[in-house]
Amino acid sequence: MDNGLLFAAGGLGVFLIGAWAVVLRAHLIRKILALNLMSSGAFLLLVGAGAIGHAGVDPVPQAMVITGIVVSISATALGLAIVLRIAKTTGRALLPEDRERTPTDRPLR
Amino acid sequence: MRADRWHRHLLRLVLGLALLAVAAGVSLALMTAPVAPGLGDAIHGALPGAAAANPVTAVLLDFRGYDTLLEMAVLTAALAGVWSLGRAHRTRPTNPSPVLIGLTRVIAPLFPMICGYLLWVGADGPGGAFQAGAVLATAAVLYVLSERRPGPRLPEQPMRAGAVAGLGVFLAVALGVMAGGGRFLEYPAPLGSGLLLLIETAAAVGIALILAGLFIGGRPGGGDG
Amino acid sequence: MNTGLVLDLVLVLVLLWVGWAALWSRDLFRGIVLFIAFGMVLALVWIRLGAPDVGLAEAAIGAGLTGALLLATWGALPPGSGTPDGEDEPEEDSGQEAGETATGGSDAG
Repeated sequence: MDNGLLFAAGGLGVFLIGAWAVVLRAHLIRKILALNLMSSGAFLLLVGAGAIGHAGVDPVPQAMVITGIVVSISATALGLAIVLRIAKTTGRALLPEDRERTPTDRPLR
Repeated sequence: MRADRWHRHLLRLVLGLALLAVAAGVSLALMTAPVAPGLGDAIHGALPGAAAANPVTAVLLDFRGYDTLLEMAVLTAALAGVWSLGRAHRTRPTNPSPVLIGLTRVIAPLFPMICGYLLWVGADGPGGAFQAGAVLATAAVLYVLSERRPGPRLPEQPMRAGAVAGLGVFLAVALGVMAGGGRFLEYPAPLGSGLLLLIETAAAVGIALILAGLFIGGRPGGGDG
Repeated sequence: MNTGLVLDLVLVLVLLWVGWAALWSRDLFRGIVLFIAFGMVLALVWIRLGAPDVGLAEAAIGAGLTGALLLATWGALPPGSGTPDGEDEPEEDSGQEAGETATGGSDAG
């Protein structure tokens, strides 16, 4: 399996895309998507790096990634429930600092 | 406004530099670090004495069983968190399309079969408790989506009991093996694969109920409490 | 340059592109659907890395159930809770649940 380095680089790229978006996108669900992308990128980096220079498969990173996927959906589910509460309570799915920056009476661009 | 725009550009610059540093560091590590031997050979060597023949299942439930136990705890905690935020809002009366209703009636019975298959074959080949639980959870989600009034028909007490059973059975087995003189989670050799099947079955049902409980978004039931 | 490596390169490029598009699409609904597609491509990547257990878990949990959670939360958001850029505008009737048809509910009895 000499595709390990390629996939590890891909995982790094996905992680960076997620990290860029989690800061710069305002909508809370978009932030949760970005966090999920960061997780998936880290998993890919982990398994890809383990596959560099090996012919056989290493089951330990795979087990860790399966655990990670399940933990990831737990965090996503809890995060989405909180986002829904925020949206229903304050009317907008945004963090307080973004809410101040984007008043509702500002016209769309 | 000018300060605000300046702040945004500064944020982008700092973030970009930080991510560039991360990218450079990881790339350097990937390309120059010596190739690690990895644990593949060690696991394959220890596999004959493990409770499962599939190396990933053996790692998940035998060698690193403690991690999986804590993962079940994380799932249960997430369910407690979501259910403590309010009532289930995805079980309100809806008007599902007849295509969805018909499709669910046809394929939903297949899901428990697929779940059982993945559970059984997970000991020797690709599969396992988490995948089986996810397939069963999909059946539950389809049910909730295709019923006109899913709310009153949700079995609240069995859901609560089953959701906790995954963690509970795992913990019971982990502590129970200590009664025979073993350590925490140390399966006695002849009972290994039987205990594994027990844990996996309870875990799959527990995972399915937890994931379904996360999907409906809150406590089921129409009354108070 | 054997065909396996070409396939892997295509998979990584598609992964990066769909990941970027999921986070930078104008419409949040499209972003969520692209995120589900990202999960599916990632499941293929896991197979290429020799990790079928992880691929099963990613397809079922990472793409399927996370996608269902995201869509259900998006549909339950109150209207007008997006950013002024026009992100996330759920349909006008905020009570639309995930089971309704795109034409606004069938009239079948």
